[in-house]
Amino acid sequence: SMHHKAHVQKEPQSSANHLTVVPVKGPVCSVWNDGAPSGKTNLPPLPSTSRTGSAESSVRERMREKLKAARSKAKINLSQEDPSPRPRRLKNIRERKTEARLAKMVRECVGSRCSNDKKLQNDFPSAEEAYNFFTFNFDAEPESIKAGARKRNELNEEEEAEEEHVETHEDEQEEDETLLDILHAFLFNFSLVPASEKMPGNVQPRYLEDEGLYTGERPFVSQSNQNILENRILRQERWFGDDGKILALPNPIKQSSTRPPIFSLEEGIAPELETVYRKAIKVTAANQYLVGPGDFQGPFQLDIDISGLIFTHHPCFSREHVLAAKLAQLYDQYLARKQKNLTKLLTDKLHALRNAVQCSIDGGDTGVPSPVAQQSIPEYKIEIRQTRRLRDAEQEKDRMLLKTIIKVWKQIKSLRDFQKFTNTPIKLYLRKEEVDQRSDEKAYEAEIQAEINELLEECMEEYEKKKEEYKTELQEWKSWKKAQSKKKKKKKDVNEEEESVEDGDLGEERVKPIPPKMANSLEIEQQVREKADNCRRKPGEPALIPELVLSGSITPTELCPRGEVLRREDVKKRSAFIKVLFNSKEVSRTVTRPISSDFRVHFGQIFNLQIFNWPESLKLQIYETTGMSSTTLLAEVFIPVPETTILTGSAPLEEIEFSSNQRVMLDHEGVGSGVSFSFEADGSNKMTLMTSGKVSNSVSWAVGEKGIPLIPPMSQQNTGIPSALKNFDAIASIGTSGLTDMKKLAKWAVEAKLDPNDPNNAALMQLIMVATSGEARVPDFFRLEQLQQEFNLVSDEEFNRSKRFRLLQLRNSEVAEFRNYKQVPLHEREISEKIFQDYEKRLQERDVIDSKNYLDAHRAVVANYLQKVRESVINRFLVAKHHFILSDLVNEEEIPSLGILGLSLFKLAEPKRPLKPRRKERKKVTAQNLSDGDIKLTDSLSVRPFVEVSFQRTVCRTTTAEGPNPNWNEELELPFRAPNGDYSTHSLQSVKDEVFINIFDEVLHDAVEDDRERGSGIHARVERHWLGSVKIPFTTIYFQARIDGTFKVNIPPVLLGYSKEKNLGIERGYDSVRNLSEGSYITLFITIEPQLIPGESVREKFDTQEDEKLLQAAAKYEAECTSKFPSRQCLTTVIDLNGKTVFITRYIKPLNPPQELLDAIPNSSQTAELVARYVALIPFLPDSVSFAGICDLWSTSDQFLYLLAGDEEEHAVLLCNYFLGMGKKAWLIIGNAIPEGPTAYVLTLEQSQYVIWNPSTGCFYGQYDTFCPLQNVYCLISCDNIWFNMQEHDSPVRISFDISKPKLWKSFFSRSLPYPGLRSVQPEELVYQHSDKAAAVELQGRIEKILKDKIMEWRPRHLTRWNRYCTSTLRNFLPLLEQNQGKDIEDDHQAELQKQLGDYRVSGFPIHMPYSEVRPLIEAVHSTGVHTIDVSNVEFALAVYIHAYPQNVLSVWIYVASLVRNR
Amino acid sequence: MATAGARPLAPGRAAPGAMAAAGSPSVFLVAVNGQIESGQFPGFDDLYCKFCFVYGQDWVPTAGLEEGISQITSKSDVSPSTLVWNFPIDITFKSTNPFGWPQIVVSVYGPDFFGNDVVRGYGAVHVPFTPGRHTRTIAMFVPESTSMLQKFTSWFTGRRPEFTDPRVVAQGEGREVTRVRSQGFVTISFNVMTKDMKKLGYEVSSSDMQNPSLVPEGIHKY
Repeated sequence: SMHHKAHVQKEPQSSANHLTVVPVKGPVCSVWNDGAPSGKTNLPPLPSTSRTGSAESSVRERMREKLKAARSKAKINLSQEDPSPRPRRLKNIRERKTEARLAKMVRECVGSRCSNDKKLQNDFPSAEEAYNFFTFNFDAEPESIKAGARKRNELNEEEEAEEEHVETHEDEQEEDETLLDILHAFLFNFSLVPASEKMPGNVQPRYLEDEGLYTGERPFVSQSNQNILENRILRQERWFGDDGKILALPNPIKQSSTRPPIFSLEEGIAPELETVYRKAIKVTAANQYLVGPGDFQGPFQLDIDISGLIFTHHPCFSREHVLAAKLAQLYDQYLARKQKNLTKLLTDKLHALRNAVQCSIDGGDTGVPSPVAQQSIPEYKIEIRQTRRLRDAEQEKDRMLLKTIIKVWKQIKSLRDFQKFTNTPIKLYLRKEEVDQRSDEKAYEAEIQAEINELLEECMEEYEKKKEEYKTELQEWKSWKKAQSKKKKKKKDVNEEEESVEDGDLGEERVKPIPPKMANSLEIEQQVREKADNCRRKPGEPALIPELVLSGSITPTELCPRGEVLRREDVKKRSAFIKVLFNSKEVSRTVTRPISSDFRVHFGQIFNLQIFNWPESLKLQIYETTGMSSTTLLAEVFIPVPETTILTGSAPLEEIEFSSNQRVMLDHEGVGSGVSFSFEADGSNKMTLMTSGKVSNSVSWAVGEKGIPLIPPMSQQNTGIPSALKNFDAIASIGTSGLTDMKKLAKWAVEAKLDPNDPNNAALMQLIMVATSGEARVPDFFRLEQLQQEFNLVSDEEFNRSKRFRLLQLRNSEVAEFRNYKQVPLHEREISEKIFQDYEKRLQERDVIDSKNYLDAHRAVVANYLQKVRESVINRFLVAKHHFILSDLVNEEEIPSLGILGLSLFKLAEPKRPLKPRRKERKKVTAQNLSDGDIKLTDSLSVRPFVEVSFQRTVCRTTTAEGPNPNWNEELELPFRAPNGDYSTHSLQSVKDEVFINIFDEVLHDAVEDDRERGSGIHARVERHWLGSVKIPFTTIYFQARIDGTFKVNIPPVLLGYSKEKNLGIERGYDSVRNLSEGSYITLFITIEPQLIPGESVREKFDTQEDEKLLQAAAKYEAECTSKFPSRQCLTTVIDLNGKTVFITRYIKPLNPPQELLDAIPNSSQTAELVARYVALIPFLPDSVSFAGICDLWSTSDQFLYLLAGDEEEHAVLLCNYFLGMGKKAWLIIGNAIPEGPTAYVLTLEQSQYVIWNPSTGCFYGQYDTFCPLQNVYCLISCDNIWFNMQEHDSPVRISFDISKPKLWKSFFSRSLPYPGLRSVQPEELVYQHSDKAAAVELQGRIEKILKDKIMEWRPRHLTRWNRYCTSTLRNFLPLLEQNQGKDIEDDHQAELQKQLGDYRVSGFPIHMPYSEVRPLIEAVHSTGVHTIDVSNVEFALAVYIHAYPQNVLSVWIYVASLVRNR
Repeated sequence: MATAGARPLAPGRAAPGAMAAAGSPSVFLVAVNGQIESGQFPGFDDLYCKFCFVYGQDWVPTAGLEEGISQITSKSDVSPSTLVWNFPIDITFKSTNPFGWPQIVVSVYGPDFFGNDVVRGYGAVHVPFTPGRHTRTIAMFVPESTSMLQKFTSWFTGRRPEFTDPRVVAQGEGREVTRVRSQGFVTISFNVMTKDMKKLGYEVSSSDMQNPSLVPEGIHKY
């Protein structure tokens, strides 16, 4: 916008200046300069007699100053002016108006100034008078003005043009009679002046224009006026140019007016804005039918005469034919050159130029060469040089051509001798033309002498120039030398100690310049003679004129060898025809004519084409047929559509060349086509010829019966721009777009040989000069909405100030906070500032790390980092969201296969209410159309315990069942609310909420406090004791659509008041597989109603650094695998955090677990568990949460440990790498598990048993463990290979993990594709930060406080008492749990607690979690519902213990308990 | 089923601003009533139609039904070309911004050769801006199958391509990926009243249009 404003302000100013210069300059100068101090003047309004010289000169002075000032101002303004072109027409019109107004003002100003002067001095013309003076037509020029005019000529160049027209009226009233008489007698002599009188001595008139020099166009002056002038001038001084004409400047009048006058027809409307009504004209497009429906213009006819075909090469050509064709071609060339005779032309020109120079130097009789001639001599000389060079080249060509003709003819002769037969009638005669030896020699010598002289002169010039240069250089060198020696002396005298230092400066010695050499005239002569020998006929040598005749006889076939006979027979079999195609449609074809032995085909057919379509193209197709069968298209020839002047009868026959790229090889004498052959015996000098030839044809417009040519109207003919014209029309030759491209324009100017001295081209030349010198540049930007500002309804500032606009804008740009903002208020005052507060806070806090929520600086940094990544990904996703595909909009059934059709027939016979119903797939709904309250989570459960499901703080519970193996079979519905009411895919993906499924035991306590009341009523208090929980993240449900299976219930290691049933199952071989089936399980089915479709991941092609071949192999492998087992995921490449595709095996590499863990327990199997536990302690964060919309991103183990967050694959990769680092055999399993869905597990081989590790929980399972959450195994990945499961089943229980069997496991790298040794993306070694115990303790305290506050907050209506004694007991107890990893201590613990808290009934349990942030901890405590107890005398205890592992991995234990005092 | 899906409207939701200060209203109201009069679907019979309103984020319906489903109507001998529903519409909106002016989306369904309910046309038109009585004829269209084979199977199975949501026809985004075929017309009459539009600076009738109902109405092809 700044730009615009600057523009608006400046332009009128500058343009005004233009005008002050242009229209005012002429008249003003003329008026006041015209008062030349001649004694008399004839101007009527000028009372010259009373005019004082001083006054006149002062006014003139003033006007001049004014002019000067205006001009300099204009210049300044021009230089200040914005270099960018004015792109806006609207403005231009406005400007023009102001210009006009300004011009008028200036004119008035000048006028008034004049009149003021007049009033003051009373002897100057008024403005009107001055105006009349210039507009009147005067016929003759009084003598008195001449002198003045001449002087002015020198004074002011710009005014010259005007002077010629300044003539005064003849019959003036005040005219002195006597003067008039004299004038008449002396001046008005109308007789024509003979040229001889005008030229000095015997000099012939020269016509510069004929010599090719630019003269410009003379202004029109009537012949009589010219005569008068000439007569007048003749008697005075030299007024004439060399051509005998009076000296004149080119016509200053521009062809087109700069400013066309605009007249307004209507009142009140500015003429520029007036609209003109034009009746609509129907335009027929160029390629339409000529004949419109309404206006039949008569038939149009094109006559196409195809007379014949001559092959310049044909496959059946014998060697002789090839040579003959060559000779004929050369001869044609010779004839063409002879006709043009360039050599002669150039020689003549050279002579003429030399004469001209001679003339100029001699300079006629006066001995004083005219300045014009003087000036033109160097030009002539340059011209001479160029012409000479051209002539020499032409001469050389001529001679070469002659030589080649003779050579080819000799070849033919020798070939005929060799093969002993003749094939062609061609014969070459060389006619010798005797020349006069003496005159020839003389001319030759003269030529050489002239050339030598010129060259010598050239060299001399060069020498002079160089000498001049040498002199100046020498001068410089000498003065430098002097200075040097002076300096040296000085220094030596003044301070000798510094000498050494100073010497350094003098180090660089200047080289003394070398004087140039004078050219040797002998050398030059030798050069010239050598050249002449080479390219010119020697003097006295007869001139050779070749003549080609076709009078030879051809050897009859009987006398020829077999090869030749075959060839001749082959030729006889061949014939040719031509198809005529008009606008690419075949309209007719010639008869098929045999190819004659001399390879000519005569057709002589004329086709009359009556045309209705615009002729766009005319094409001939040449076909050749061999024998009876094959017809081949030899070539296509395009014929230009004739110009309208070419009519039948007058059209010349033209030969159009064609050539074909077909390759023909023949088994006889024919040389073939596209086949290389040689004339030499040794086979060198190979040549390859293609079938080619000429079609002689003529195309013309027919002439109708009455002699009317049948040509479509000219107006619509837009094709025939003569090429010559293009040279003069810049726009036609470079196109309109070229006009903006200055370089192109400059190039065109050079090519078109634009005369830079022609003032007509001055503007253009200046523009080019300026443009190419880089002073003014074309802007390198392109403005799209250049008129935007005009259409802005409010200014930008106002727009930004308005809260309403801001709100609307933010909503429109889909900023998260405002995306779903409903009802933007209409009035500014109704929008509170608070609306933007959150948003602004977020913007500000983007870089501020908030440690409040995280309690840990490192995690805060990481969270911040993740937040940023998330934002950028979401933005990308938002863009992708607006991209629809058909299935987003239209529901269309897929094409059913026959199988499905068959099945649907079977369905008819299906029982309506089957005994074991299966869940049907439901119709999917795109999330975009949903609104709040539409979606519910449905659970159905399959223990006197009851289950409570909480989601988003909404709680639902089942009825209470009885016994340790309860059955509920109930359906619970929980509403779901998307954040900000946004049900778009990316928003749903980033929902972090979890579904808590808690199992409680309902305990009834006798609440009767007074025994007396017993019997009259039942007073029981229901208490609930938390038994365990299952957590399922919402995203898992969202992506899985349904979750169906049996889950292990997360039971706290200590459940006060409960004991576990010991499962004495079958002892298994490996102790790490022990107590597997221990624990409680729950069967669930969870789904979302309606079903939501998880968003398609944004498919993008990711960058990669992998080898292209490897990627191809990977794609092939994946395709092969999925074609066999479409449901099994085959993973070969993954995307790293930088968004690059990486081959998966690069992630697997043995890595060192923290030394601390290895040292902790000596037993190796337990170490493995500890490591798994460590990995599981790293918080789980699904990628879909952090990087919504983009598929899985795999971070390397060091990145994972830094971010301390990741999903299954990061955990699995780290665990697998640790196991490898510990020397175990380990693989990554890509498979499917419940509840997480597609996931990654770790497989280890321990003592010939396969163990499956869940990296996210740290649990491990035997292969045959039925409760293993891993359901399907798709592929295994090690550090150097990938194996795809090719077995029928994919459940771990039913498959073999023996990867050595290729039938069961298809490996990626094999013998055919060996492992190339891919470098791992993992670091060499993991470096761990030591755990910060102090920080952990501090964090521990803070979390405890936060949780206590929360519990009190959740019990707003009750008093929450904290039992300190109990808390400290629990606190001491928690580290014990951590040590034992939560196992095998319950009995002791319980006993001890029992002992310590003797008279309390304690119900509570420890919760164990990995630490990421506080919120999940709060949620977990809340979900247990400990706070819900509402016994009046209840007390609480809460203890937190944080154990810090290396790399700041924190294990959090929270012990919550409620205590009720026993009485 | 669509009527059941209509959002229950609490009476208290009526524009508070409009009542608060008669002098300077903060919302304007647009009351629309009328009826879906008839349809012309040559070659089809026993059709019913559904309608719903689509409006911008700044619009809130204050009274009336947003969605509705009509009875099935059959052709009569009286006028064999028109199917008359005469299904009433009555709804009031309040708004703060003319952007997202409500549109009525009509979709017509009927049985095909095999008796399956298939869609016979979708169409949408903006609620007229000017107060008064207006009649609109909407040209209806249905999405086309993507291939000839699809066309056949969809005819055979009775599951023609449908828009995932009829509201699609009221929005411009993403339409470029669909192909439709026009099919029949539906005529709707509207009676429109507005309140406080002018006060809030929205001029809907031009000065020379004294009686907007007299403006000739042609077919609005959407």
